[in-house]
Amino acid sequence: MALPTKLLLEIVTPDRALVREEVDEIQVPGSEGYFGILPGHTPLLATLKVGELWYRTGQEKRYLAIAGGFVEVLPDHVTILAQVAERAEEIDVARAEAARKRAEERLARPHAEMDWERARIAMMKSLIRLQVASRARTRV
Amino acid sequence: MPSLIDLRRRIRAVRSTQQITKAMKMIAASRLKRAQERVVSARPFAQRMLQVLNSLATRVDQDAHPLLRMPDQTRGPLLLVVVTADRGLCGSFNSNVIKAAGQFIVSEGRRREVALGLVGRKGREFFRRRGFDVRYDQAGIFQRLTFAHAVDLADAVIDEFTSGRAASVYLVYNEFKSVIAQRTSVERLLPIPRLEGDGGAGPAIEYLYEPQPEEIFRDLLPRHMQAQVYRALLESNAAFYAAQMTAMDAATRNSAEMIESLTLYMNKVRQAAITREIIEVVSGAAAT
Repeated sequence: MALPTKLLLEIVTPDRALVREEVDEIQVPGSEGYFGILPGHTPLLATLKVGELWYRTGQEKRYLAIAGGFVEVLPDHVTILAQVAERAEEIDVARAEAARKRAEERLARPHAEMDWERARIAMMKSLIRLQVASRARTRV
Repeated sequence: MPSLIDLRRRIRAVRSTQQITKAMKMIAASRLKRAQERVVSARPFAQRMLQVLNSLATRVDQDAHPLLRMPDQTRGPLLLVVVTADRGLCGSFNSNVIKAAGQFIVSEGRRREVALGLVGRKGREFFRRRGFDVRYDQAGIFQRLTFAHAVDLADAVIDEFTSGRAASVYLVYNEFKSVIAQRTSVERLLPIPRLEGDGGAGPAIEYLYEPQPEEIFRDLLPRHMQAQVYRALLESNAAFYAAQMTAMDAATRNSAEMIESLTLYMNKVRQAAITREIIEVVSGAAAT
């Protein structure tokens, strides 16, 4: 059987179906590390962590920030269910920057009943969003 | 007999009420459209989630997970989450839910205690005063409903269940059927109803798992709960606007009828007054 040459990528969040496109290559932030997906990948089910996701169609690469969820990979079809997913162009840089400052302050001044894990995730999320947003701006 | 001036005043009052109900109907209609779209766009996520869970279900021991385990029937009280709206003027929307909750409490309450979780201001106003054991309570979320609200509710409910403070959790809310029909529905949230598995429908795909299937399963179940709760909240929200639109439409029509009959009556009164005056003039003239 011939291998498929394209992947149908679907990204779905609780609020909307964000992406439904034919793409050539995808990289996702798996909970055990980033990994790439090419057409003909073996079926895989993996959870995702907070991170940066990109997909490539021809020469064009597009970036998204995603947080929490999982990915289902089939040879010609990839479905990503994420709690939060934002395109690089959509990210409000000022808000992300403010969130980073808040998270930083919270981590810098720890107190007794602070939820470390939540503070850490908040920090990660804001950093990832800033990183992804910067990709949108550098790309012409 | 009421005077002409009184009647005119009443007609004016009814007319201004009619303007308000008409405006509210219009607002409800436009909000309904948005709410409906949100229900539709939340569907793929919930469906996909269920598919993946089902395909996992055949591969893991379902008893292993606390959210799936059936508790002893006697262990603790039931938790009933009642989803009402924050506002009224929507026909029987809130009273239907409250009535269904009341029936549930009566029929289940014979065997064991029922604790409540309340979403929406109307339900809170009703149940708060009646001395129920309220475990969770949130009002005012429907104006800006987000997934985070659903996460909050789902996590609170999961916590009640896993800590053993509740033996099972039910949800009562208005399901959005169509613009003219809502259905009050009672669903069991926890323990999560047994997953079917693929059931041999089509060749099962052999996945690679990263991390292990059990771990993915553990990660997915709470998310599944959140998606279910989110769907219920969105449906209730859409149903609310549909109910409000229908109620306000009926009110507008009723006030039109009322204006009509009042106008008719007013004309009769006016005629009678004119006739009486003429008779007075004529009989006055005849007397002289």
